[in-house]
Amino acid sequence: MITAEQKPIDEIRNMIAPYKRILALGCGSCVAECAAGGEKETAMLASALRMAAKINGEEVIIEEKTIDRQCVNEFVIPLDDIMEKYDAVLSLGCGAGVQAVADMFPEVPVIPALNTEFMGETKDQGYWVESCIGCGDCMLYYFGGVCPLTRCAKHLLNGPCGGSMDGRCEVDPDVPCAWQLIIDRLSRFGALDRLEKIYPPKDWSKKEGCGPRKIVREDQQK
Amino acid sequence: MNNVSRLKKVLENGEFAVTAECGPPRGADPESVVKKAKLLKNNVDSVNVTDNQTAIVRMSSLAACALIQGMGLDSVLQMVVRDRNRIALQSDILGASALGIRNLLCLSGDHQSFGNQGQAKGVFDLDSIQFVRVAKNMRDEKVILGGDPLSSPPDMFIGATANPFADPIQFRAVRLAKKIEAGADFIQTQCIYNLDRFETWLNMLRERGLTEKTFILGGVTPLKSPGMAKYMNNKVAGIDVPEELIKRMEGVPKDKQRKEGINICVETILRLKEMPGVKGVHIMAIEWEEAVGEIVERSGLLPRPSFD
Repeated sequence: MITAEQKPIDEIRNMIAPYKRILALGCGSCVAECAAGGEKETAMLASALRMAAKINGEEVIIEEKTIDRQCVNEFVIPLDDIMEKYDAVLSLGCGAGVQAVADMFPEVPVIPALNTEFMGETKDQGYWVESCIGCGDCMLYYFGGVCPLTRCAKHLLNGPCGGSMDGRCEVDPDVPCAWQLIIDRLSRFGALDRLEKIYPPKDWSKKEGCGPRKIVREDQQK
Repeated sequence: MNNVSRLKKVLENGEFAVTAECGPPRGADPESVVKKAKLLKNNVDSVNVTDNQTAIVRMSSLAACALIQGMGLDSVLQMVVRDRNRIALQSDILGASALGIRNLLCLSGDHQSFGNQGQAKGVFDLDSIQFVRVAKNMRDEKVILGGDPLSSPPDMFIGATANPFADPIQFRAVRLAKKIEAGADFIQTQCIYNLDRFETWLNMLRERGLTEKTFILGGVTPLKSPGMAKYMNNKVAGIDVPEELIKRMEGVPKDKQRKEGINICVETILRLKEMPGVKGVHIMAIEWEEAVGEIVERSGLLPRPSFD
């Protein structure tokens, strides 16, 4: 999932200050799972903003709505029926959601209410961790299902570095050393020999070679 | 320039090599580099220059090495993969060779979060092992990464680092084998205080025949105080200072502590000299280059070999 966290309320208030009729737009997918931009969080943020406006004597209408996915056009299109009521959208989607809504409504400013963080896992209630950088060429097989590009602070493909102590990362002792995890897992599978070879430099063109990436699949197109 | 690596000559002649670290200044003053190099001259075979160590902005190691070469000394250029992508790293190898620098030490570098530029983007396009291989291929195959030919190859004696004290110990020899396979002509270790653990590591290398495939330089750092010993043990990742050494430093009066630090350092070097497979020593006297002369002399390593 894509994880995100809500921006500080003051930053949001500064960004929406010029507008009088605002739609707080939630997203029911990833950012709902990580409790940042779902229906509940959208209602809470809209309510907080209305209260702050009232205290400060500002005349502003803030209404809220949550759609299933801001990043997929077919969920965004129905907003067309209500969009003329607003002079700005405060999106609680991830960065992709914000831009997809903005693309669909070129005349309406779409303001981000969240800081998009990473692709990750829900480890526990209120606890999410990054586990994939989307490199475009998955190497998890070679590393026993632990991604060193994401989980090693130095992105080593031929680790571990000299700072691994007691299974902890030197950069943050709260973080397990990814290379210790890799060695432990591969040992369990009897596959430690996968680490004897030198992994060559990563082909980063698959991640950032020519600007924003796209996937075009003719078999999926009508 | 036709100069050759002095470090390489010393090692290939079977002499016990001595290098020492020189940290460039947090400023643009060449005098500070020259002053440190003068303290090391005739005491060491090569002056090893750190690359923005602890991720604090300093004069570039390439520029400082050029200053040192200009004084007629051999230098070891440290380059970390933290700050430069593969284009810049390869370009700087060519530039360093053109300036007459003949030794290159490839490292990953202290993570940017440790220094004074915590908001920096860490590059880590290559890792240190990949970087060693790239440097070797530039020198031996005369090609850059991807295979394009060089009009003229760089001339570099290539080194890498090893930490005998990091975990997991059973994997340390495997990783060092990879560094050697990648092309490390010499290996410089993390500061050695725990000689027992160092010997355990060295035995693991001998079992794999690795001590015959590369020149291993043992790293040493003279302690200045018990506080420094404790700090290095507790706060510096990958450094192991045994309790008995901390106690020994605590057991001498304050005005004798630096002397005791030098004593420990000399004793360590004398032990290292006796260990088969250790081909030299790298002295990291952090902001204490004045100590190097005494350490080298008392370790019976003067005069340094001459090739003129």
